[in-house]
Amino acid sequence: MTTVFGVPLPAILGQLTLGLVNGSFYALLSLGLAVIFGLLRIVNFAHGAFYMLGAFAAYIGLQAFGMNYWLALLLAPLAVALLGAVIERLFLRRLYRLDPIYGLLLTFGVALIAEGIMRNRFGASGKSYPVPHLLQGVFDLGFMVLPIYRAWVVAASLTVCAATWFLIERTRLGATLRAATQNARLVQAFGINVPLLLTATYGAGVGLAALAGVLAAPVVQVSPLMGSSLVIVVFAVVVIGGMGSIIGAILTGVLLGLIEGLTKVVYPEASNIVVFVIMALVLIWRPAGLFGRE
Amino acid sequence: MRTGVVVPSMVVPSMVVHGVLVGVALLAPLLGLYPVFLVKLLCFAMFACAYNLLLGYSNMLSFGHAAFFGSSAYVTGWLVTVHGCGAISGVLGGMAAATLLGAAVGAIAVRRRGIYFAMITLALAQLVYFVCLQATFTGGENGLQSIPRGSLFGIVDLGRDSTMYYFVLAVFVAVYLLIRRIVSSPFGHVLQAVRENEPRAISLGYAVDRYKLLAFVLSAAISGLAGSLKALTLGFATLSDVSQTTSGEVILMTLLGGTGTFLGPVVGAGIVVTLQEYLSDRVGAWVSVIIGAIFVACVTIFRRGIAGEIQSRYARSSGSSAADSSTAGSSVE
Repeated sequence: MTTVFGVPLPAILGQLTLGLVNGSFYALLSLGLAVIFGLLRIVNFAHGAFYMLGAFAAYIGLQAFGMNYWLALLLAPLAVALLGAVIERLFLRRLYRLDPIYGLLLTFGVALIAEGIMRNRFGASGKSYPVPHLLQGVFDLGFMVLPIYRAWVVAASLTVCAATWFLIERTRLGATLRAATQNARLVQAFGINVPLLLTATYGAGVGLAALAGVLAAPVVQVSPLMGSSLVIVVFAVVVIGGMGSIIGAILTGVLLGLIEGLTKVVYPEASNIVVFVIMALVLIWRPAGLFGRE
Repeated sequence: MRTGVVVPSMVVPSMVVHGVLVGVALLAPLLGLYPVFLVKLLCFAMFACAYNLLLGYSNMLSFGHAAFFGSSAYVTGWLVTVHGCGAISGVLGGMAAATLLGAAVGAIAVRRRGIYFAMITLALAQLVYFVCLQATFTGGENGLQSIPRGSLFGIVDLGRDSTMYYFVLAVFVAVYLLIRRIVSSPFGHVLQAVRENEPRAISLGYAVDRYKLLAFVLSAAISGLAGSLKALTLGFATLSDVSQTTSGEVILMTLLGGTGTFLGPVVGAGIVVTLQEYLSDRVGAWVSVIIGAIFVACVTIFRRGIAGEIQSRYARSSGSSAADSSTAGSSVE
């Protein structure tokens, strides 16, 4: 069997695909964070909680109504986006004139509430969500076997990321959004409903997080705390990439997922911390982040 | 919070409040309150005061202060149980570790400001958490158990709860006075200038990053002291001491009590610790929901915190006679 550094090649490739799967989640989540931050100037600490709610929405849908995976993929993000829009209207709206740290603190509180409610209702243990029938099984590539579901997660996430990039950078709606990021008052003077745009942006951003949650449900355990440590990793990703750039958020997410996967092969003890170590090194070398322009 | 211009009308009530508080603190164990609970409260109050030095007076929102609190608790526990150190050297060792860690984290984090600073401290604290989880000297998932309290210089035995309480109370009062002194020192005034207008402080020639780093290290050292004393009192150091939850709690204590006020963090710590003590066995996981709700309430309707609200009310009512006293009073956030 072929080995690299004494590790069998299939094991490395297996970890790399897992890393790619995680990287896709990082990309989806940091993309949503970047979009929200770009327009609302709010760092959404509840992002991990919305990811968790997305996964739970799929789980509850299946348990209570027998909702299938494909329908959940559509409805769960919509439901969570709606919840996000309500939270924006009720709470976040009051904070736009204040120091952005208040937004961080408020969404931290929202995350605690969401996680606490789910823990009371469903307990702390993980629930499993079945892989949909169509995506079960593996591709045999000759040099490795690739579970179809993993390939689907990566393809679906990257497609959604690309579509979001296209929407923001290449369409009229995206142009309005970017203009509002630069100067909201001027855009409002042109007759654009900026408050609605803010609500929709927050909804869309947390909807992306929920979508990541549904995609993750069959590969991780669905549990109330599944998002609470993930959001910290995503913050580190965002610090490394710099929040100013959509492409930067996506690339950094995927790249760090891959690095994390490789670390699992080479030095498993460090796989939890490698992202944070890289963040520290990047900050020493380039304080504004890889794609940042502060 | 320009303490240089303390309005005379604020001085007298402040002295009365402090006098009453010290009296209550001295008598508390005699009133039948459980001393271990009181010590825990004092430790968290000290932690919150240290945190307030950063958030209240330098406007740096650290989301990772549990790293200093917890690592110091671990080091103290390890020195005392494994190496047979005494209480004092154990605490000093813990503080030294927290100070070094604070210097390392601070040096990286002060390179960015605002929300980036918050995210960086959060991420680095998570790094510390995972190191504590995997290292052997911390006892991993179990943490360190049955840490002995030892004695002060071999003379005063800290084993009795009430002795421990008065020892921690003395340390707390010293730290509280130290923090007041730091805030009103020239160094403290530079910090507040940075808080109010950082670009201007830079253009006046202050090495702003160095001031911020020093504030960060001081705050980390005092947080470490609080963590060490907590470990000695309760006899254990666990992963929850270094966790994100603890970092969040100290923010809540400071915010709820009133950032940038001296007594606010003490009040906030009192409320949060009491809530946890009495709610945790009654409502279970709802504690997290309640704490989250207090967070939301603090940020949306109650940004000055309890002590801040009282101060500004008081300043408004007593300031009607003299115009300048009301402006100075309202700036005492």
